[in-house]
Amino acid sequence: MAHSYTPGLTVTESTVVRRRRLLPLPGKILVSGGDRVRSDQAVARAELPGKVYPLNLANQLSIAPDEIHDYLVKKEGDLVQKDEILAENKPLIKWFKTEVRSPIAGRIESLSKVTGQVLLREPPRILHLLAYIDGTVIETIPEQGVIIEATCSLVQGIFGIGGEVWGEIVLAVPSAGEPLLPAHLKSSMKGKIVVGGSFLSAETLVKAKEVGVAGLVVGGIHDKDLRALLGYDLGVAITGTEQVGFTLILTEGFGTIPMASKTFKLLSSHAGQKASISGATQIRAGVIRPEIIIPQTATSVSAAAQMQREGIRLGDPVRIIRDPLFGRIGEVSALPSDLTKIPTESEVRVLEVKFADGERAVIPRTNIEVIEG
Amino acid sequence: MTAVSSPPKIDRPLNVIVATDCGSTTTKAILIEKIGDNYRQTYRGEAPTTVEAPYDDVTRGVLNAIAEIEELSGRKILDGDTILTPSRDAKSGVDIYISTSSAGGGLQMMVTGVVQNMTGESAQRAALGAGAIVIDVLASNDGRLPHEKIERIRSMRPDMILMSGGTDGGAVTHVVEMAEYVAAADPRPRFGSTYMLPLVYAGNKEAQEQIKKILGMKTALKITDNIRPVLERENLAPARHKIHDLFLEHVMAQAPGYKNLIEMAGAPIMPTPAAVGLIMETIANREHLNLIGVDIGGATTDVFSVFEGTFNRTVSANLGMSYSISNVLAEAGLTNIMRWVPFTIDEQTLRNRIKNKMIRPTTIPQTLDELQIEHAIAREALRLALIHHRSLATALKGVQQERTISDVFEQQTSGKTLIDMMQLNLIVGSGGILSHAPRRIQSMLMLVDAYEPLGFTMLAVDSIFMMPHLGVLSTINEKAATDVFVRDCMIYLGTCMAPIGQGKNGELCANYELTFPDGKTVMDQLKFGDLRLYPLEDGQKAKLAVQPAKSVNLGSGAGVPVTREVQGGVVGLLLDGRSRPLQWPADQAERIAALTKWFDSVNLYPKA
Repeated sequence: MAHSYTPGLTVTESTVVRRRRLLPLPGKILVSGGDRVRSDQAVARAELPGKVYPLNLANQLSIAPDEIHDYLVKKEGDLVQKDEILAENKPLIKWFKTEVRSPIAGRIESLSKVTGQVLLREPPRILHLLAYIDGTVIETIPEQGVIIEATCSLVQGIFGIGGEVWGEIVLAVPSAGEPLLPAHLKSSMKGKIVVGGSFLSAETLVKAKEVGVAGLVVGGIHDKDLRALLGYDLGVAITGTEQVGFTLILTEGFGTIPMASKTFKLLSSHAGQKASISGATQIRAGVIRPEIIIPQTATSVSAAAQMQREGIRLGDPVRIIRDPLFGRIGEVSALPSDLTKIPTESEVRVLEVKFADGERAVIPRTNIEVIEG
Repeated sequence: MTAVSSPPKIDRPLNVIVATDCGSTTTKAILIEKIGDNYRQTYRGEAPTTVEAPYDDVTRGVLNAIAEIEELSGRKILDGDTILTPSRDAKSGVDIYISTSSAGGGLQMMVTGVVQNMTGESAQRAALGAGAIVIDVLASNDGRLPHEKIERIRSMRPDMILMSGGTDGGAVTHVVEMAEYVAAADPRPRFGSTYMLPLVYAGNKEAQEQIKKILGMKTALKITDNIRPVLERENLAPARHKIHDLFLEHVMAQAPGYKNLIEMAGAPIMPTPAAVGLIMETIANREHLNLIGVDIGGATTDVFSVFEGTFNRTVSANLGMSYSISNVLAEAGLTNIMRWVPFTIDEQTLRNRIKNKMIRPTTIPQTLDELQIEHAIAREALRLALIHHRSLATALKGVQQERTISDVFEQQTSGKTLIDMMQLNLIVGSGGILSHAPRRIQSMLMLVDAYEPLGFTMLAVDSIFMMPHLGVLSTINEKAATDVFVRDCMIYLGTCMAPIGQGKNGELCANYELTFPDGKTVMDQLKFGDLRLYPLEDGQKAKLAVQPAKSVNLGSGAGVPVTREVQGGVVGLLLDGRSRPLQWPADQAERIAALTKWFDSVNLYPKA
């Protein structure tokens, strides 16, 4: 039978993750296979070509494009300083002399006799690619990057903003259902990864920026507060490059939703330890979810666990991910195979979820998420 | 013409065909069998697309989807990881396997031109017609400084670039300048870092040698005929063919498992939108219709139109019902969405719900109010995508027009949109929200509300989303594609009659006399604010004689009577007296009352 799977978010005490660290363009690898690396260590380096400045010499000297070689002081490939003369005319009367000076320090990349254009390029910028997680280099890809493996605890969030940061995990609230308030954020939390409970308000976001936390992990947020934080309405969930002062990870979704107790317990048990987090989210082909990676001290490295689910089973812990019971957590108590008509009149495959209080509800299978790990 | 390079010649009879469409999230397979003299779609299977880790091989999803068909049909199609071809007997094998694909985000292109609304737009039309998503249009006069253009080219990672510019024999400077920018940016392809970016040059032929010098070593350059050889004419087909060839040779070959998929398939893999475009164009040409087709997906909405034989396609890359749902809210605004919702809901709750759908795109509405909210958002996504389409489906800009004395009073600029709702004969809807709406009237009203058709317009939906499959099938066996299209794919919803005019609710819009096929006659008045539905079965025709009110126009002029034969469908005949353009009461309670009245009058939703 064809495989069917229900995607879920991983929350696990122990797993092995592999992260591909790739340069945007070919460069030099700085580590070797088997090396232990720290999150803030450079593992590869590349030279990003400098910015290009086109300059139309023909126009500036009022000459035909194919004549520019006669007026050039510099040639293709030459280094130039800012304000250094690139080309000049040689009039009989000195007053009519025109000089074209370089707007940048760099190199003359090309000259065109068709357009009369010279392309100047700034010196390359060095880009250091950091390891992001504490782990072991298990593979180097020549000129491109490395693969780092780490035994760790892993929590996947549902949505995040901001890039890769690392720091010590600190718990700001006593329980998963408690909202994170400005008063919970202390100056000692600077540079740390702060774990909240159910919700984060606009005021707390402002305070977090003031304090200078490295990251925030909470259950939910209101869309309007996210909009205020970003300064625009997020249309498509492709994130990771935002610069709001910290990285934000939601574990449950939008609204006030208590963090799943399994997630909260796991993060609580690692308070004081270092974690690497990334807010990068891509909800499209090639799904990327935000993550919290807490490296374990064990040095033995086993093969990476491939987490593949095939179908939902009775007793699986699940989270309901659509109204009217959005955010509730229970376990699968029945898996009827026939199509069932739901209130919208659609006929869909459903399952029955039993909640902790004994209540049961029939939910479309697409509207639940297995809590994995 | 859409993008089809050279359809293969198949000399054996094709009696059993399996076709797949590898979408971004789901791979859909259908089985087509020749039953008697006609082809029919018999079974359908689907499985998650497996282009990403941990599978990294698109064929896995294809085999899974086909395995589902095997299970349902009892026909043995797979032998391990191989598709059994040709068909051996009544219970095993298929005669051909074909496929379309939009997995991995489809074909993403950057196009360049010299003048933005001339060669820039022509290049955009060429790329869109070939099934691409255009991620940027660069032109000499696009207002960006040269170094900004270079930065932009460098930062985007397209699958391919199409360069155009200049008419044949015209000045070469600008197009060469653009080539210099592209060379300086040294753009890199989206997939893989080891192969060269494919680039199609379809500009001034006088500049070809210069382009070869500048870009020949830096890109996988292909040169083809100019898409705008003279200002008055576009020549998009050669560029589209090249794009399609390069899509197969370079882009697809880089995606995980596609080499195997190409080997498995008996015909070239087509980009999904190119295949849908092809089938839309085929319908329009066969029936001599002006049509608009729309495919509203999770991430994008594609609009196709054929007016007076001219085909156009646009893709609104960030208007969709799941991945891009939040962007519909951002672009349409909350007020425009709420005007379609027949109840009140606070802004914060609605915004959170939409964002939650964005981050969990596979969920479905479980309650009636959630369904109504999704239908409201779909109306806005459809409306915005059509606005986008109108702006690009235009006559050529920059063409010199001959003016006569009569034009003194009515001057039109060049580049007028080709979309004329009064001349529109058929609207075809496709995509989950339209194909899988619990009641067909819901699909019909979503299309009517979003497009506001004028006069008499037929509406149809794709039954289970098989247009891509039929598009690629039509390149190898037109009869099979036509048979299945007519019998199993197109579901005619019915006809909408909507006069142009404004009036107060309750005022006379038109008198009408409707004669059914059995001779039964209905004479009545259509008032402003009315929405009426008459059952008229698929295949049946009725005569509708309309006498519009003095200021109301039904295509022949204000107050001029019109008599037309109207076609039925699974929904029937919809008489829409809700004014054109549509009007809503400003007051919230009145707006909700009006919506409730409209929805109830056509039995749109089950009673709560």
